[in-house]
Amino acid sequence: MRSPVAAAIAIGVGLVVLLGYFIPSIGDTSPALRDLLALRIYFIDWAVTLAAFATLVAILALVGTHWRKLRARRAPDRYSFFALAGFLGVFLFGIFAYTFSGNVNGFQIVVNSLQVPIEASLMAVLAVTLTLATMRLFQRRSGLLPLVFAGSVLVFLILNSGLLASVDIEPVRFLLPVLQTLPVAGGRGILLGIALGSIMAGLRILIGAERPYSG
Amino acid sequence: MNWLEPILGLTLVLLAASLMFFFSLPQRSQGRGQRRARPRFAFRPIRAMQRLHRAIGLAVEDGSRLHLSIGKSSIIGPNNASALVGLSTLERIGMLSSLSDRPPVATTGDGTLALLSQDTLRAAYRIANVPDQYDPAQARLTGPTPFSYIAGTLPVIHDERISANILVGNFGPEVGLLIDASNREGAFSLAASDALAAQAVLYAAAAEPLIGEELFAVPAYLQSSAIHQASLRVQDVLRWLVILALIVGALLAFLGLL
Repeated sequence: MRSPVAAAIAIGVGLVVLLGYFIPSIGDTSPALRDLLALRIYFIDWAVTLAAFATLVAILALVGTHWRKLRARRAPDRYSFFALAGFLGVFLFGIFAYTFSGNVNGFQIVVNSLQVPIEASLMAVLAVTLTLATMRLFQRRSGLLPLVFAGSVLVFLILNSGLLASVDIEPVRFLLPVLQTLPVAGGRGILLGIALGSIMAGLRILIGAERPYSG
Repeated sequence: MNWLEPILGLTLVLLAASLMFFFSLPQRSQGRGQRRARPRFAFRPIRAMQRLHRAIGLAVEDGSRLHLSIGKSSIIGPNNASALVGLSTLERIGMLSSLSDRPPVATTGDGTLALLSQDTLRAAYRIANVPDQYDPAQARLTGPTPFSYIAGTLPVIHDERISANILVGNFGPEVGLLIDASNREGAFSLAASDALAAQAVLYAAAAEPLIGEELFAVPAYLQSSAIHQASLRVQDVLRWLVILALIVGALLAFLGLL
């Protein structure tokens, strides 16, 4: 059994924020409506501040997890040492840069020069992984859809490579814009579905049918 | 046009809420009055969800662990609906697998989401009457940036005897690395994202991808209540209304009337 107080607070705050989003078009001359808008801004500001502290708490919990993994008696995770050393190094360097030296740009350059190559290498691994996954697609799925997927991947790889841009043949010139409209149309269709799903998910939480919080 | 948009938005929200209330009514009266057994799947069957139910059962039986990754979107960001769906899914999975020797583990790429997932798991165990099972370390922030989140989640998939990976939330194309790790471990993977690039990657790589608005149906398929069934019906009705509006708009534009 959950506390109805937490649900009531969540529903009340949710309604104020939602109504505040729609009110400007109805009219902002009434003092009551102005108060409601002000309240909405207060709520959002509190949420932003809380989110910042939550991130800090979660990062400290992450450090705690790595510390526990490093000190585990059974199969300690040696790689956690590098995570902790990296965190400590960046943290101390950041404090020094922001409070004592004032050389914030230098700090950003050092951090980025470490972070960007690591992320780029992961991106390279991802490219290989995805190529292999696409090749294995026909082992996992049967039917027409994998053929359509693989065909569209090939067609749009050729189209976006620019190979056909210089071709001056009437059917190609006619077909290129038509083909390039297809992914936009498909993408919009999916996004419309996601927007409707978001509305329904929000409403389920707003009426308390789903409560992704304790209390 | 600016003044029209909020009014249209408010109308859509009110219409959706009224339809949801209306569709949930017969189900409720049926439950109170006739007490007829409700079928387990009153929804359109989705193979991925049927396999997920099976994977949860198997994980409880063989003492393996479920891993739920709920993405990197902030709860105060524009993609937070997918994060909320991830949290609802986590709650349901926490309750369904509360009897397991190895409780599920949740990973996130955002600090607020990490704290909320801890809170959600605690609530799930309290509702399932096993509050002692709760351990805050079960819900973790694995990295605050997209790639660090993926890099931090990979060891969870490889080292914690995971039998099913459920990825529900906002991901970028880098989610392909998680799916690849899951496939290497021979684990079941169900994945859904609200980002188009990630959906394309998931279709190619995941065992059971969910496309488009199917993401938002996951909690409903795990928790079949009247209001969940009603919300999915409303989603279908609204989808047809949008399709109709698009066709009518295109026809009017073609005829030069718009």
